[in-house]
Amino acid sequence: MIEHDILVVGGGLAGLAAALNSDPKLNVAVVSKVHPLRSHSVAAQGGINAALGNNPEGKDDSWERHALDTIKGSDYLADQKVAELMCQKAIPAIYELEYFGVPFSRFPGGVIAQRPFGGAGFPRTCYAADRTGLVILHTLFEQSVRKQVKFYNEWLVTKLVVREGKCAGVVIYDLTTGQIMPVRARAVIFATGGYGRVYLKTTNAYINHGSGIGIAYQAGVPLKDMEFVQFHPTSLYDKNILITEGARGEGGYLVNNKSKRFMEDYAPSTMELAPRDIVARAIQTEIDKGNGFENEYVQLDLRHLGEAKIKKRLPGIREICINFAGLDPIESPIPIQPAQHYSMGGIDVNLKCASIIQGFFAAGECACVSIHGANRLGGNSLLDTVVFGKIAGEEASIYVRGSGDTGLEEKILLDEALELKKRIEGWEKKDSALKIHLLLNRLKEVMSDNVGLFREKKNLEEALDKIHELKEQYHRVHLSGQCLRFSQELVNILEFESMLDLAEVIALGALNREETRGSHYRLDFKERNDKEWLKHTIVTQKDGQPLISYQEVDASKYKPKAREY
Amino acid sequence: MEYIFEILRYDPPQDKSPYFQEFLYSTEESKSVLEALMNIRNEQDCTLSFRYSCREAICGSCGMVINGKFDLACRTMVESLESDRIIIEPMPNLKIQKDLVVDMEPFWEALHKIEPFLHPQKEILERGHRIEEEEMEKILQYINCILCGCCYSVCPVVSRDERYLGPAALAKLYRLVKDPRDKRPFSNWSRVNTEGGAWGCDTIFKCNEVCPKDVRPADGIEALRRKLVVEKIKRILRLNK
Repeated sequence: MIEHDILVVGGGLAGLAAALNSDPKLNVAVVSKVHPLRSHSVAAQGGINAALGNNPEGKDDSWERHALDTIKGSDYLADQKVAELMCQKAIPAIYELEYFGVPFSRFPGGVIAQRPFGGAGFPRTCYAADRTGLVILHTLFEQSVRKQVKFYNEWLVTKLVVREGKCAGVVIYDLTTGQIMPVRARAVIFATGGYGRVYLKTTNAYINHGSGIGIAYQAGVPLKDMEFVQFHPTSLYDKNILITEGARGEGGYLVNNKSKRFMEDYAPSTMELAPRDIVARAIQTEIDKGNGFENEYVQLDLRHLGEAKIKKRLPGIREICINFAGLDPIESPIPIQPAQHYSMGGIDVNLKCASIIQGFFAAGECACVSIHGANRLGGNSLLDTVVFGKIAGEEASIYVRGSGDTGLEEKILLDEALELKKRIEGWEKKDSALKIHLLLNRLKEVMSDNVGLFREKKNLEEALDKIHELKEQYHRVHLSGQCLRFSQELVNILEFESMLDLAEVIALGALNREETRGSHYRLDFKERNDKEWLKHTIVTQKDGQPLISYQEVDASKYKPKAREY
Repeated sequence: MEYIFEILRYDPPQDKSPYFQEFLYSTEESKSVLEALMNIRNEQDCTLSFRYSCREAICGSCGMVINGKFDLACRTMVESLESDRIIIEPMPNLKIQKDLVVDMEPFWEALHKIEPFLHPQKEILERGHRIEEEEMEKILQYINCILCGCCYSVCPVVSRDERYLGPAALAKLYRLVKDPRDKRPFSNWSRVNTEGGAWGCDTIFKCNEVCPKDVRPADGIEALRRKLVVEKIKRILRLNK
């Protein structure tokens, strides 16, 4: 049986950061369902925040200001000590990335360039044009080549095996051979990313099914604040490919069908650079009022920035527009609409990235340490991955060095693998013609229609009903079988179970939270209610059912205030 | 519009050899080849295998040969092919694992051989390197590489000489040695001063033609050759002194 001291699941930024910062004396490996460079981190565009103070406008910036902006942006749901930890570690993290070879854009004098981003008091977003995710992911992958990190690519983790509160390993489906196997590990770090594809309209890659979060939940790990789902204000109309916030950071305007920069009605002092929750709702409100185009989108106008600036600072956006919308932003405004983008919630972990299961850690988008609270600021997600990925690697190493052998018999793991094989045979034998992609589409529609930007009791209840119906139908799903090598159908069937659980937890958390906070907007409860709701939602699976509880927020330093922009 | 997709199928070892299978695909909207393939898989044959992830031409998963043209399926619009018959094949020069999925291992191995990571000075600088934007702009073209493998699979030298590192790895090496922060010694990168390295290229520029990100890897190979020659001459002159 394959055995490792630390098994990192996920080869995106958080996963690579975890692997690179694990104790090199330990036996570490990364499992990824795609080659690491195909991970969704690669699609991040606008940048990564750190209070370097390199921009002439940002001389007075500090990590404390960065933390305060993050906390205010989170609508005070972030745990303040954790936000401070991240912002403090941001500065050395950027210089380490630079040392590893990240080709950041530069200001005259050769320092790392920084641009303004939404909800930030100073321009503190470091970038490499608009391909920041690409260059950081490639650079960390290069470092993993240097350090000879062991990778198992195109392996999908299907189960987290826990015994007596301790992590024992995982079960995997090897796409390349079609085999099901257990992998024993003394510590497991999940860095499995978000669940964007639970929604119909999302900026996320096709692979972002979020099954890692669901697998942790099914193993008894609580999920935190899952009702907080970020909708990015500017995704390309129809294709929903991300158009970076950097486009507005560089000076782009949002315009409705009356040629008005409508953000002046919603956030007069920050305009287009208000936090994402506010801008996304403003755009949808304009569209709903009939001020959009074709009742579907508004325009992001970059033309006044000029050809030179667009080509230098936003070449990727220009390429996306040309490839996928047949227009050149130098000459035409870009049609944009909000789309699901990021999960603030996730696997409940503490500031050591540790969960309640001994030896099980999580970092990056799949985790909720809680830094982003009810709304994440642009440029903070890449930062989250490198800072907390590193912490997860270090803490898992400390844990492994301090713990004895798991002492678990291999048989437990083998039995789990056997059980999955039996389930697969069951799906093959199902004589129904129910195909997984139909269920997938139905779930996406349910979530987009009922658990989107604007929410209310009736819709959320309807969503839960429909999710329960889908759970019933899932038992009848059929697998074409014959060959299990590179079977995307099997991947979808395996991941769909998690997607159903996640959808349920998101909708349930949203239904229970009778207030409006950050990304969670209730049409029937339009005000923030700190007295009753300044608390984290915790959902744990007990006997297949979600059990909801709440946890205190660390709001010790900055008292919650009205959030004005 | 109605299209006939002819897709190369192969499931070794069950299938003795690859074969083409026809699928009907109709759409009224503008769809990418990747979207068409996903639709065909969902609606007609769930066993059809191909790689994908980002669907926005940045992750490099879905390189394939579409009506003879090497490109990413996600950024190729079906209607842009101006044909109602669309032939889809896996990238050549790499072994087929299943249908359109190829074994990229030789491509990654070649990349690993050039030590594809920055060799900076020993000590990490407290405030980072200071580099003017103009310096970085010289390598910008190569930074756009997404390692999709299109250049590797189109390259005629790769297909006949298994020693050859291929365009992507060599362009990556040039990107690194040209980086003002890279301190790797000549002895390190001059290992490509061989037929399997920088001198293997036939200079027919197929790689430049097919690159979906406009990296123009052959520019990097040619620049690498010039740099090798210049360094050699420098060394000879120094020796004579």
